[in-house]
Amino acid sequence: MLNYEKRDGTVYVRLDGELDHRRAGEIRAELDGLIADPSVKRLVFDLNGLEFMDSSGIGMMIGRYKLMKNRGGSVAVMPGGRRVERIMELSGLYEIIEKMA
Amino acid sequence: MKTVNEMRLDFRSRPENEALARMVISAFMMPVNPTLEQLGDVKTAVSEAVTNAIVHGYRDRKGLVRMRAWLQEDGELLIEVCDKGCGIENVAQARQPFFTTMEGSERSGMGFTVMESFMDSVDVVSQVDNGTIVRMRKRLTPALCLMRDA
Repeated sequence: MLNYEKRDGTVYVRLDGELDHRRAGEIRAELDGLIADPSVKRLVFDLNGLEFMDSSGIGMMIGRYKLMKNRGGSVAVMPGGRRVERIMELSGLYEIIEKMA
Repeated sequence: MKTVNEMRLDFRSRPENEALARMVISAFMMPVNPTLEQLGDVKTAVSEAVTNAIVHGYRDRKGLVRMRAWLQEDGELLIEVCDKGCGIENVAQARQPFFTTMEGSERSGMGFTVMESFMDSVDVVSQVDNGTIVRMRKRLTPALCLMRDA
């Protein structure tokens, strides 16, 4: 189950628990249905509740970034804990995706 | 170097077993009181290696993944993740950041980079059609003085 909120053309997704390859597939399936709605212009991932993430999470976010960018939308990330951020920094994802304060 | 503990786990190449492998390696490390940092590093590296075996080794076909681990007297942890899948044609290329053979599948190509960053060493032995072995090492404590063999 995806924890999200849709407000003024923005979908806020609150990720929690362990984001691995298995979970990334579930999130992808649920999220792509949600952002298929053309009124959605912005997607925000909140990583604060994540206890674990490996590079599958990076792949999932890059994929959603491409989808949103292709239709003129944007993606932003609210940073998570130190461990999650280590993978985020290692991947260079913040060079293409906005990091919110 | 004397081994003070060792384990072996065989599991089906199913995505839910990524969490299983992380739990087992965490439990295996517990007796030597790793720091949260070390625990997180090893869990992440294992998650990457096991995901590679499932997604790339077996390409989502049915197969067995084997994880072995050894704790040595000098405080070093050794982990091996093996599959009997399709193997890697060019290991040096596969280890490059952002290299992926699965462009459409949203693999980030960061797996080996994460393993190398979080472990002290990573060795990859692979043969096409025969499978892949990933060997990783990480020093956990100065010495396992509390865990000598009975």
